Amino acid sequence: MKLTLRVWRQRNADAEGAMSTYEVDGISQDMSFLEMLDTLNEELILTGEDPVAFDHDCREGICGACSLVINGDAHGPERTTTCQLHMRSFRDGDTIDIEPWRASAFPVVKDLVVDRSAFDRIIQAGGYITAPTGAAPEAHATPVPKPDADLAFEHAECIGCGACVAACPNGAAMLFTSAKVNHLNVLPQGAPERETRVLDMVGQMDAEGFGGCTLAGECATACPKGIPLFSITSMNKEWLRATRRAAKG
Amino acid sequence: MARTVWDSTVGKKTVMAVSGLVMLLYLVAHMIGNLKIFFGTEEFNHYAHWLRTVGEPFMHYEWTLWLIRVVLVVAVVAHAVSAYQLSRRDIRARPSKYVHRKKRADYATRTMRWGGVILGLFIVWHILDLTTGTVHPGGFESGKPYQNVVDTFSTWYGNAVYIAAVLALGLHIRHGFWSAAQTLGAGSRTRDRALKTTANVLALLLTIGFVAVPVGVMTGVVS
Ligand code: HEM
Ligand code: FES
Repeated sequence: MKLTLRVWRQRNADAEGAMSTYEVDGISQDMSFLEMLDTLNEELILTGEDPVAFDHDCREGICGACSLVINGDAHGPERTTTCQLHMRSFRDGDTIDIEPWRASAFPVVKDLVVDRSAFDRIIQAGGYITAPTGAAPEAHATPVPKPDADLAFEHAECIGCGACVAACPNGAAMLFTSAKVNHLNVLPQGAPERETRVLDMVGQMDAEGFGGCTLAGECATACPKGIPLFSITSMNKEWLRATRRAAKG
Repeated sequence: MARTVWDSTVGKKTVMAVSGLVMLLYLVAHMIGNLKIFFGTEEFNHYAHWLRTVGEPFMHYEWTLWLIRVVLVVAVVAHAVSAYQLSRRDIRARPSKYVHRKKRADYATRTMRWGGVILGLFIVWHILDLTTGTVHPGGFESGKPYQNVVDTFSTWYGNAVYIAAVLALGLHIRHGFWSAAQTLGAGSRTRDRALKTTANVLALLLTIGFVAVPVGVMTGVVS
């Protein structure tokens, strides 16, 4: 395959960025999107140009490091991560636009790499349980009803990639935060911090400068793990419950 | 608690949902009231008079009406201020647009902000036209709402402004009612179809019910 790539290039956080156009040839349909970018970078290095910076780690769809808005879609045209997107989703001769996640809470570090540490701080605000460390507890010690376990697992699938923020017209982090809140709030292990968790995590989310939810639903469409939009509804319910309880003291 | 709610994006959205639902409830009642115009001058004017005597003898003349007005003003202001503050925050959170742009959310969702602004301007004009009579075309007479309504809808701009606002309202309710359910934590996968259907039915009923009046005047059914 021969492709025309229009890639966002930005020297550093303070520099102005712009789209640059590159031609790549000899791309196989079986390559992943990131392997296609590796091919481009090898050529750039040979010609003495600065390679395109992009995030990646596991390359198997589980770590959440890869990002990229491809032709206006977070993680591209398929419901998967960029690393699991293959070139067979494109056609020979295509022009592909590649941009970083755009949100003021995710500033660009370089080219396609953005700083997602705001997510880490949301987790630090309450995305944990208070439990003694040590050997894994006996699995039957705390019974969890099957529907709750399924619900927790559905939310636990979130890999924190930030596609929801990238896709949201308001740069909101509601889907990420709700996945993390619900994952722990439906489980007995998460019960002791049920109220403080949702209040603190939503508080941190706001403090990081993410936007608010207008229920456009773009986040759930973009999510490579299929976290449902109703996750946000459940978090709203938890937040209202916690606020009422805090008021009662 | 008021502070926690107002300072949070989730809380402010709750204010929008509750104030929006209060206005929606009022609009359903308002629409039913308006339809009395099809039963003649006497019934319509009598209904308008009754609005001022509701609750008597416990309430004095017009007390109930003023109570409703106060609740509505609070709802409109709370709704508009939250909408403004949240929208500003949303725009700041996404300062640079994608070069490769895609339109995705449906029309009702995309027009919530501008539609809301249209509704806000309409509410001001509507009150100046038919409540205070300040911008009313022809001689406004309080106590004669039937004639006042006929006068308004006998002008082309009266019809145009009103119908545009009602269409904006229909769209606003279509996304707004369903949204409010999510904001208040009442939505779920199993209830989604019922909620979306209710939103569409409400939007359609209000649109048809409100538009019926100017159409009635234009076609001479009401004169
Ligand atoms: C003063 C004029 C108005 C303005 C500026 C306004 C603006 C807005 C905005 C910006 C939203 C949020 C949109 C979104 O989430 O995408 C909204 C939601 C809503 N509006 Fe309005 N609106 C106005 C009047 C009304 C009226 C007259 C009603 C009565 C039916 C109404 C009912 C609602 C409801 C139920 C919601 C959903 C709240 C939620 O998402 O939880 N609005 N409005
Ligand atoms: S690189 Fe780990 S999910 Fe894509």
